Amino acid sequence: MHIVDRRLNPRGKSLENRQRFLRRVKETVQQAVKRSLQNRNIRDVLDGGEISLPIDGMAEPSLRRGGDGTSDQILPGNRAFVEGDIIPRPPGRNGGKPKEAGEGDGEDGFRFVLTREEFLDVFLDDLELPDLAKRRLSETEEESPMRAGYSVSGSPSNIAVGRTTRLAMMRRVALHRPRVGEIEALQRQIEECEDDESRLALEAKLKSLTEKTRRIPYIDPLDVRYRRFENEPKPVAKAVMFCLMDVSGSMSEHMKDLAKRFYLLLYLFLSKRYKKVEIVFIRHTDKAEEVDEETFFYGPATGGTLVSSALAAMRAIIAARFDPTEWNIYGAQASDGDNAHSDGNLTGQLLRHEILPQCQYFAYIEVGEEGGDSSASRSPLWTLYQGIRSELLPLSIRKVCRRNEIFPVFHDLFHKRDGQSKVTP
Amino acid sequence: MTTTVRPKDRLLFEGADWDFATLQRIHDACEEIALGELGLDVYPNQIEVITSEQMLDAYSSTGMPLFYRHWSFGKHFAHHEAFYRRGMRDLAYEIVINSSPCISYLMEENTATMQTLVTAHAAFGHNHFFKNNYLFKLWTDAKGILDYLDFAKGYITRCEERYGEAAVERTLDAAHALMSHGVHRYAGKTTVDLRQEEKRQQERRAHEEQMFNDLWRTVPVGRAKKGGDSGLEKRRAALGLPQDNILYFLEKSAPRLQPWQREILRIVRHVAQYFHPQRQTKVMNEGTATFVHYQIMNRLHERGQISDGNFLEFLKSHANVVFQPGYDDRRFSGFNPYALGFAMMQDIERIVTKPTEEDRAWFPDIAGRGDAMAILRGIWADYRDESFISQFLSPNLIRQLRLFHLYDDPEQTEGVLVSAIHNERGYLRIRRQLSREYDIGWTDPAIDIVDVDLAGDRRLLLQHIIMNGCHLQEADTTLVVQHLADLWGYDVLLQEIDSSNTVAREYAASPRKIVQ
Repeated sequence: MHIVDRRLNPRGKSLENRQRFLRRVKETVQQAVKRSLQNRNIRDVLDGGEISLPIDGMAEPSLRRGGDGTSDQILPGNRAFVEGDIIPRPPGRNGGKPKEAGEGDGEDGFRFVLTREEFLDVFLDDLELPDLAKRRLSETEEESPMRAGYSVSGSPSNIAVGRTTRLAMMRRVALHRPRVGEIEALQRQIEECEDDESRLALEAKLKSLTEKTRRIPYIDPLDVRYRRFENEPKPVAKAVMFCLMDVSGSMSEHMKDLAKRFYLLLYLFLSKRYKKVEIVFIRHTDKAEEVDEETFFYGPATGGTLVSSALAAMRAIIAARFDPTEWNIYGAQASDGDNAHSDGNLTGQLLRHEILPQCQYFAYIEVGEEGGDSSASRSPLWTLYQGIRSELLPLSIRKVCRRNEIFPVFHDLFHKRDGQSKVTP
Repeated sequence: MTTTVRPKDRLLFEGADWDFATLQRIHDACEEIALGELGLDVYPNQIEVITSEQMLDAYSSTGMPLFYRHWSFGKHFAHHEAFYRRGMRDLAYEIVINSSPCISYLMEENTATMQTLVTAHAAFGHNHFFKNNYLFKLWTDAKGILDYLDFAKGYITRCEERYGEAAVERTLDAAHALMSHGVHRYAGKTTVDLRQEEKRQQERRAHEEQMFNDLWRTVPVGRAKKGGDSGLEKRRAALGLPQDNILYFLEKSAPRLQPWQREILRIVRHVAQYFHPQRQTKVMNEGTATFVHYQIMNRLHERGQISDGNFLEFLKSHANVVFQPGYDDRRFSGFNPYALGFAMMQDIERIVTKPTEEDRAWFPDIAGRGDAMAILRGIWADYRDESFISQFLSPNLIRQLRLFHLYDDPEQTEGVLVSAIHNERGYLRIRRQLSREYDIGWTDPAIDIVDVDLAGDRRLLLQHIIMNGCHLQEADTTLVVQHLADLWGYDVLLQEIDSSNTVAREYAASPRKIVQ
């Protein structure tokens, strides 16, 4: 008898199967994840968690009988029945068998727990920052293997064949390993030789040569060389995202919720996908302030509205901390579209001449009242931005009124664009 | 000077803790009783201690320690895990594998008493059954299974590398859908030798490579010969039709399958065949193991190797295992194979040792023969659930379990008829009916491949013989027939034939175009 302790075996034996399963039901999972986003608390979104999947696409069908037809069944525990009794069927089932409620085509609403990582992966699957162009060799976060000469040890897949054979040849020459031709010539000589004495001498010579050949191998483990790799730091693009949010009195709770959801998605997306993205949170009423994320998402504030204050703050921060020649600069602004009349001109000037030329991409989200029409808007800011947009600057504007529009709009703004094509405004 | 052994020193363990030396002692003590007193004959044992996560792993890959990769196992894992994490389901105490050496998995959370119970149950009860039951002897190859699974896993991985994961997955999906109809039900072939399988596969491939000659491609062929109007019978005989093993037929005759696809069908078929005996012996297998652990635990207790406290712990879990709620109990979910099996084994023991007049009349062969273990060992070797129940379910046990027979005819609007109860008139009918419920020839739909016109449109024709007016489950069947058509490569038609020999329903499918 053997006792084997398997507890220390590598864990996650079923991981591969789990991943295959996830891949298989990817679309379903994606839909379920997005659906779950609409109903959940902002904070819960970060924690991943249980989702419920319908089971199409993962059915494992088999040839089996349905429940129709006559059936016989033996059951235990008879207390009152005698032969010939008729037991009325339970209501609700038309003529089915009374005892098979657990059977059948059930299984819909297969509950599935995604880890936080899996959840975010699915969630952020096809998003990216557009036009990440300026790459500077500053941060050494990523490394990639680079060729770095040869070594005497390594993986068989890295054998340097050329170098190995060259070394082998050098050794063979240095140790005077007899050549094949040499031996063949000697053999011919022996065949042709008629004189016994010299023939014996030749044979002795041949013998010593063949022995030498055997002693000095064609390729010796000593000769083997492997290609060596060293990890070289890779340049990483530096990027900064400015989040500008209007928290003035005109924003209703609903609008704030929409705006916060939008930024939360943005925050999640950036912090998960890009290691080197700075995020600057600016909130503004009639004056702007830079805040930390906690205050940004959960701190209360109220007041009038001056959009230019936020843009001015952004400009100041860029000037102070983020040199536009080195940094990829992104902006995302959320507002209800209200702005003081006197401020319109200044805002337009700032955005057109100061901010947009330095930005890779600037997204504006206008949040509206629940039930509002998200297709068009006549708010001052919208009109102003629409005017600027036509000038082929990297500006996108969208309007959102309902919670379930947040993700599509977000996805629309940041989905992967192929190749070099620029962001379409 | 002699020392008297105090009773305490005889104990295998104290309390709940155990270590590997304890496991060894437990195993040796169980072995002494199992081989010496019960006369069991077992494969060598291998006991493996695993964690609950590993137990979940094992659950999801049909209990085997290694298995090829497929998404469905991931699905099962997620399913079990969700239930387990929410505390809705306990894990099994053990899993035992029909292999030689016989591998038993013990959970690390088990107490020492539980480890004893599980060792007796799995390493001796199941083990003996695997080694001696005729179905397992005929259809499974305990020595070869692990090597074969290793080969299968490697082979499928290589196929994935060569032909792409998607293509392999499609083939496996289709094969799994047909798995229930991928077994030989009747012997008549030589016994399987899984070790040979791997070699044969390699030889076939080497042979093909050797015989490859590109010139054959260039040899001009004349117009295909007119398919002679050989009669239907001749055509069927040539293909070995009718054939109920669908996977086997596809593997041998499907015209458009690649060699590697045939090999995958073969692997799935072999796995299905390996599990086939287990499906037919649930009650007997669990009954045997439960009976054996009950005997061993009692003997250990009598010999003073298990303390009274630990024995009570055992009795509690034993009672849980063999609990059979009545039909109207909320916990009722069909017959508990442990309960039914154990009750029947005990009943047989009673009949053999202390028969009543009734027993003598019903079981003249075994009543009062005296040596219960010899009789039981014979039964364990020669029966499966269906024949076991139809032979040995005694009136006494029918009364004890208060069995009754319901006949449900949807035409009958008034309700369900109680057609037999536990009385003189009912015993035989109840026994016959219960044994039928365990006869997979009766419970599985009978589907045969009946015809294919290889010279014509190559449509594959299958027939399901409807019994008791019970049709195939519609949604599933549509999917399976589609899978079947994908494998076959041409149209497939499945007809359901009712008792008046007319076609009641038809399922037709054409192969899907595969987008690579």
